[in-house]
Amino acid sequence: MTTALADGWVMTGRYLRHVVREPEQIILYFSLPIMFTLVFGYVFGSGMAVGGVSYREFLLPGVFVMTQLYGLGATATAISLDINRGVVDRFRSMPTARSALMVGRSTADLVRALIEMAVLLTCGVLVGWQAHRGIGMALAAIGLILLLRLALTWVGMYLGSVVPNPDTVSLIVFPLAFPLTALSNVFVAPEQMPAWLGAISQWNPISATVAAARELFGNPGLGSDAWPAENAILLAVVWPLALIAIFAPLAVRRYRLLGK
Amino acid sequence: MGPATARAAGREHRRLTVVHQGGQRFVRGWSADGGKLGGMTETAIVAEGLRKTYKGVAALDGFGLSVPAGTVCGLLGPNGAGKTTAVRILATLLRFDAGRVEVAGADVSRQPELVRDRIALTGQYSAVDGSLSGRQNLVLFGRLQHLGRRAAKERAEELLEQFDLTGVADRSATEYSGGMQRRLDLAASLIRAPQVLFLDEPTTGLDPRSRNQVWDTVRKLVADGTTVLLTTQYLDEADHLADRISVVDTGRVVAEGTPDELKARIGADRLEVVIRDQGRLAETAALLSRVAGAPADADPDTRRLRVAVTDRVDALVESARALRDAGIAVDDLGIRRPTLDEAFLRLTGHRADEKELTGHRADDDTIVNGEIR
Repeated sequence: MTTALADGWVMTGRYLRHVVREPEQIILYFSLPIMFTLVFGYVFGSGMAVGGVSYREFLLPGVFVMTQLYGLGATATAISLDINRGVVDRFRSMPTARSALMVGRSTADLVRALIEMAVLLTCGVLVGWQAHRGIGMALAAIGLILLLRLALTWVGMYLGSVVPNPDTVSLIVFPLAFPLTALSNVFVAPEQMPAWLGAISQWNPISATVAAARELFGNPGLGSDAWPAENAILLAVVWPLALIAIFAPLAVRRYRLLGK
Repeated sequence: MGPATARAAGREHRRLTVVHQGGQRFVRGWSADGGKLGGMTETAIVAEGLRKTYKGVAALDGFGLSVPAGTVCGLLGPNGAGKTTAVRILATLLRFDAGRVEVAGADVSRQPELVRDRIALTGQYSAVDGSLSGRQNLVLFGRLQHLGRRAAKERAEELLEQFDLTGVADRSATEYSGGMQRRLDLAASLIRAPQVLFLDEPTTGLDPRSRNQVWDTVRKLVADGTTVLLTTQYLDEADHLADRISVVDTGRVVAEGTPDELKARIGADRLEVVIRDQGRLAETAALLSRVAGAPADADPDTRRLRVAVTDRVDALVESARALRDAGIAVDDLGIRRPTLDEAFLRLTGHRADEKELTGHRADDDTIVNGEIR
């Protein structure tokens, strides 16, 4: 067990070194959320107001969550590369704990997510966004966002172990992630969508975390009285746990199947 | 036990190995402590009746192998013969359907952790982390093999030095040339001095200089007592490195022996003569047949004649004298041993696709995600 933890920690260090050695990827990675903040916040923000309050205040929690969703692509690509380049074979032929790869990747992803959150929160404050309910509630919101990231990391690790070619990962992740954000409460209220789309949007795990974050940050929400919106914090805990319960065993199973 | 003793034990065991017909091998001479001799096994690799099926297709079908400790065994065969599948099973990467495998004194299915502790694998592709530097890679693999932080760093420095990578130690591995990547890959396999090293086509796609470096490294390792299982589709590689060669075809070993034994099984040496004047081909053929006491073949296009000989030196001297006495101008004259290409044809009954057996291609039979691609 101690060996497994030690191996997992070494693997965490490995993935974090990737961040240090390839800072250009981080810059590219941040271009999307920063662009969304600026474009939606300033270009549309003046013309779009939700319940008479600042659209930017409304938008930022959504951008925070959306960034975590796109982080799934980096996870899937890294795992797929490791498998395809034979690095995983090397790990598997060594006395390294079998859990090290996934434990290491998910821990490293959480550290990455923390750095990303720090950058995003700073950007948010710079464009006039604020958390209004104190540090405790803000930390709770960040905690829920990171919990979602952990779940998405397992989805990403599963995707990376299923997709045969690392190049196809990005082709899959965008078509997967984009509708998930569009069909959520990140940009518009589900009530404004056609009924069936609105229902999907209400129950979308992304919407749950976004609504919970808005509530905990004290940012304007949608004021919806639908059940998922009323119980956003509960769903923001349940959804990620459910995703982990589904995708962690699937990913571990795929890893085991490499030996079939 | 030092390397020299280990090697002696390996040699001793070579005499105890009994090889039966049809690729089935039985190893005699296991000592009372289960094949171990002071921590070192006498027979480093034993595989018996290995069977592995992918989606109804047999990748291995009764594969058997026995490699004495401290020797190099070459697995030679064309793409899809089952070489890579066999290596992946021996290296604990792949489960198998039937058979028995022991590597470095441990059962691969029952004690895979023990096996992993004693082996190293270098695959067809450089299995290093391209985003990390060479140094970081070696430290990482050292740490994942449970060396302490400082020990891993020290070992990395030693290996960088040994593999001539110190100058590029801090560059990302993706920026390395093919030869450098392969050297880094090999260095990563040697962090903890494995008892058994698996090399799956270690020189595929390498230039001759890098290839020679890999060969030198393998020779040094074996001199220090490491057992090496090498798969290759290059005949000269098996010829140069391997103490014994197992020829693999359609998932089983179809022939086994030293390179010389395999060549000898193909038949006699041949005298080959190339004459200058095509018009004297028939006359020369008659002359060579008389000297060698066997019928000679003649190829008018290349003006080349071949005849099987038994005594190499006599045949050479006497045919040279006879040709000179007859006044036949000779462009080339020599004794040729059969090539392993010819050996392969004879042993398997079909020609290994030329492209596969001698061409230097990078994409080979690879198994990714447990599927043959």
